[in-house]
Amino acid sequence: MYPTKYHKPADIDAAVAALGSGEDPKVLAGGQTLIATMKQHLASPSDLIDIRGLGLSGISASGGGVTIGATTVHAEVAASKDVHPALAKLAGGIGDPMVRNAGTIGGSIANNDPAADYPSAVLGMGATVVTNRREIAADDYFQGLFMTALEEGEIVTAVKFPAVEKAGYAKFKQPASRFCLVGVFVAKTANGARVAVTGAGEDGVFRHAGLEAALSSNWSPDAVAGVDVSADGLLSDIHGDAEYRANLIRVMAKRAVAAS
Amino acid sequence: MNAEVGIGARVKRKEDKRFITGKGKYTDDVRVDNQAYAAFVRSPHAHAKINGIDTSAALEMEGVIDVLNGHQLTGDGIGNIICGWAITSKDGSPMNMGPWSALATDRVRYVGDAVAIVIAETQALARIAAEAVAVDYEVLPAVAASVKALAEGAPQVHDNAPGNLIYDWEIGDAAATDAALAGAKHVTEISLTNNRLSPNAMEPRSAVAIFDTSEDHYTLYTTSQNPHVARLVLSAFYNVAPEHKLRVIAPDVGGGFGSKIYIYPEEIACLWASMKTGQSVKWTSDRSEAFMTDAHGRDHVSTAKMGFDENNRIVGFKIDTIANFGAYMSLFSSAVPTYLYATLLSGQYDIANIHCNVRAVYTNTVPVDAYRGAGRPEACYLVERVMETAARELGVSPAELRQANFVRSFPHQTPVIMNYDIGDFDANLEQAMAAADVAGFAARKEEAKSRGKLRGLGYSSYIEACGIAPSAAVGSLGAGVGLWESAEVRVNPVGTIEILTGSHSHGQGHETTFAQIVAERFGQPIENVSIVHGDTDKVQFGMGTYGSRSGAVGMSAIVKAMDKVEAKVKKIAAHVLEASEDDIVIEGGAVKVAGTDKQMLWHEVGLAAYTAHNLPPDLEPGLKESAFYDPANFTFPAGTYICEVEVDPETGEVEIVQFTASDDFGTIINPMIVEGQVHGGIAQGIGQALHEQVVYDDDAQLITGSYMDYTMPRADDLPSYSVHHASTPCPNNPLGIKGCGEAGAIGSPPAVINAITDAIGNNNLAMPATPSAVWKAIHAAG
Amino acid sequence: MTKVTMTVNGRKVSRDVPDETLLSQFLREELRLTGTHVGCDTTQCGACVVHVDGKAVKSCSALAVALDGAQVTSIEGLATNGELHPMQRAFNDNHGLQCGFCTPGMIMSSVKLVETAKAAGKTLSEADIRQGLEGNICRCTGYHNIVKAVAQAAQEM
Repeated sequence: MYPTKYHKPADIDAAVAALGSGEDPKVLAGGQTLIATMKQHLASPSDLIDIRGLGLSGISASGGGVTIGATTVHAEVAASKDVHPALAKLAGGIGDPMVRNAGTIGGSIANNDPAADYPSAVLGMGATVVTNRREIAADDYFQGLFMTALEEGEIVTAVKFPAVEKAGYAKFKQPASRFCLVGVFVAKTANGARVAVTGAGEDGVFRHAGLEAALSSNWSPDAVAGVDVSADGLLSDIHGDAEYRANLIRVMAKRAVAAS
Repeated sequence: MNAEVGIGARVKRKEDKRFITGKGKYTDDVRVDNQAYAAFVRSPHAHAKINGIDTSAALEMEGVIDVLNGHQLTGDGIGNIICGWAITSKDGSPMNMGPWSALATDRVRYVGDAVAIVIAETQALARIAAEAVAVDYEVLPAVAASVKALAEGAPQVHDNAPGNLIYDWEIGDAAATDAALAGAKHVTEISLTNNRLSPNAMEPRSAVAIFDTSEDHYTLYTTSQNPHVARLVLSAFYNVAPEHKLRVIAPDVGGGFGSKIYIYPEEIACLWASMKTGQSVKWTSDRSEAFMTDAHGRDHVSTAKMGFDENNRIVGFKIDTIANFGAYMSLFSSAVPTYLYATLLSGQYDIANIHCNVRAVYTNTVPVDAYRGAGRPEACYLVERVMETAARELGVSPAELRQANFVRSFPHQTPVIMNYDIGDFDANLEQAMAAADVAGFAARKEEAKSRGKLRGLGYSSYIEACGIAPSAAVGSLGAGVGLWESAEVRVNPVGTIEILTGSHSHGQGHETTFAQIVAERFGQPIENVSIVHGDTDKVQFGMGTYGSRSGAVGMSAIVKAMDKVEAKVKKIAAHVLEASEDDIVIEGGAVKVAGTDKQMLWHEVGLAAYTAHNLPPDLEPGLKESAFYDPANFTFPAGTYICEVEVDPETGEVEIVQFTASDDFGTIINPMIVEGQVHGGIAQGIGQALHEQVVYDDDAQLITGSYMDYTMPRADDLPSYSVHHASTPCPNNPLGIKGCGEAGAIGSPPAVINAITDAIGNNNLAMPATPSAVWKAIHAAG
Repeated sequence: MTKVTMTVNGRKVSRDVPDETLLSQFLREELRLTGTHVGCDTTQCGACVVHVDGKAVKSCSALAVALDGAQVTSIEGLATNGELHPMQRAFNDNHGLQCGFCTPGMIMSSVKLVETAKAAGKTLSEADIRQGLEGNICRCTGYHNIVKAVAQAAQEM
């Protein structure tokens, strides 16, 4: 790894200040992605701002929904009785037990890996991303591969998940990395169905209008069967081409609804 | 005798304690005084000319000791890396071996080809400095696929291999085979690829090179399966140091699977750099580096035709194979698709006519060499896929077709060199079928159907050749070395026993199994027997561990040395006990005069040998004997594997619901360890069949460069295995051992693919049968 | 360089290390506890698993400086007073290791797998064990005997 300077600020202001100090600073949370990329010399931040000491960890229920602090690790979400079971299941399927003991929800959505699990839940449930500066609706937050609405000096502090009538998640793992080849998060909300797909899109996580329309009128696995899922705009790689991913979107959507 | 620890006992491993307590000592755990660290500057291009190397920025970094390049290396007389087995083309011409310098001088030929070595005070700094070395590359066209490399106008990897052809070799009678096929009632044709794999021993390769300036002496700690061979080759061919000035130590080694047989550029460069810099130089690969430098395995493209008569008897088998060798010829590369592959194409079957043509091809990829099974998995896959396909075409059961063609009288001379000494193929097939409950399969298939799953059953009746190898035989076929093994048995004055062996254990459990045969022979507690291996300063010589040879060859050498010890023990005891040598027996740990109560305890004989107060007049003091054992023939492990799968037609995902193995390994010393070898081999075979593949893109860039894209089978990808034995002891070595290290990896891939193609009703399915590939095959089948 | 103090295998240790030092490097190079192994660079193989404050983590993906004050147990600290941990014994009993390289991480993960299940009042099925070990790659054993070892230890722990 290239040399870096580690900071462990005591509060969010100090974290923001530290972020402004270095040449190429980066926020460090669980480090399960960032440290690997540093080891491979794919990233060489001048400064690492560790936000795990800022009190941002924890799950709290409020108004039927739930707020998950940015540095809450996946294992805690997976074991939580307060979060929707679909969200717990999603968190319990990220990486492996050790990754789940370290990796955080904030890290996952700040990185916005197109094959990560969490973005599908955040977008699928219509969650709100809370930062040190503002609240960002999920629909506005994810902006393409590894791209988010976060601005310089902006740190995710929590994610607020609203209450939904029903929700389900199904993931087909990319066999090597165990990230998502296709992950589909479905949610039945007061305003209709939301369906978010991760792992498949050329531009990262996305909502599927056709599936949402079908499930809004009939929330059942059978409703998925008639939906045309186009391969346009889907990724092709050695683990599956766009056509296969399109098929998996349909199959995973069906299974997610069945699990809801 | 000694039933708790002797031959056939499930003795828990003696070596485990250090591994389960974190006290194993692997090469990267070695750190010496004056330790510096190496990193390599590697080509990012698959093929390029080197127009210049600018090391100035790296050399300016504080803590960088030196940056050395290929011109300096060759200038110091370090020799090119060799292939140790000469293959002659069918037109009589020698193979076209291109030059391979440990550090490239003028041209790089694959992504990862090393062009310079950076020595620095820390590993992190060495790696950073390596990135600061500026190499002026002139990128050339590149080719990754063997078939494309043979095409007209393909980029030329080596100037002295026109058309990228290394050799065009054949075995068997082409005309007779063609005639047999022409007269056949039915001919089954098939085209197959055997996917390229990365061995992935969990311990990355590592080297610690230490140069002692006062003695002009080198020590190399290295991740090697065969430290003596490493020393021999480093001395005799690479001119690093004469053998008596080079000590090679392979301490605990974390798996090999073939990939740690070879002497790689990194070890050569580290040794040389330790002399150049006067520092001890340590290099440890990371996994990404391993993917682009550890020799890959397999990568065959084949077409085959098998002809049958009206009784479903095979009349002829014709095969054409193209083998991808990568950018350079690795140490045993040339032998793999020839004498380790084509000689096994008769399978378990009595086939009068076989012909196989093999073209070996250079491409701009990592060198390819032996990986667990080495040629035999490729042969088995071909034979057993053809057999299953033929059974479907002929409308007979896969078991019947095999049984109609099994070799049943031994010895059996195949038309492709091998002479099978013994076996009972029916016994293995029947045992596997019973254990797999083949009779109940139809009901299970129906039940699966009710759950929307496709269930299939696949067979593989494999045979392989181990115990490599009779030295004169392999010498006549082009091998550069003899493939005997050596051992030394030291009985200490207190009666404890040290066995020094040229075999090397990197997971095989030699410290236990080798001790078992000694404990049994001399009736000693197994704790009193220790096994020494892996150090050229301790062990007289050795050819190392690969090709499942340590039991059949390595243990045979120990037996031979024990024969000599026993003879001397008897002489001493006869003298002391005033009896005839012929009346002396070793029983229950004592040396006795048969039929009397006269005896010496084992340690008393040891003490007598070393005090030498009362020895026969013509007998030397001491009790230590060595032996070299050269096998009389190959050994032929064989068996039948039956795989049962369920396929999810919606996703193409395959679940192996049952995997049954019946193996014939001859005598088994420790069933627990043998079963472990089978489990691991099957896992690697399932890995090949379902998950693993090294992928290059059209520009010969490596796509599968880490575990993010190369699928390693994990615990939840694999089933438990049902492992059985039906054995016929090998008649050609003293213990009757055949070898068990590779069978699982050889026998399992066709069983898996035969099962999946049975389930989905489409025979056109390549390895690895990933979910996406299976889903497409289901849909192609309609 | 930053001064880091941790308790490793019950012993308090302090070292000045560069900020980018990984916990795996801290253990291997600073403390010479070389039982913790590194088999990949993508946080996948699990050979480096140790316990930090009672949880299994991949030491190759944690910075030492971030663990100031932590309690760390590596494979060398698992046995107590010379008595092997039931998981260590089970690996020996069941031939759950061959080359031994993945073994330290495999054992450390398995210990936490069983402890976590027990804390939740759950009995581990074979499928649970296999899934629980997805973060540890073994190339030798085919996992068969590892699964048996974990099942045995789960009875004894």
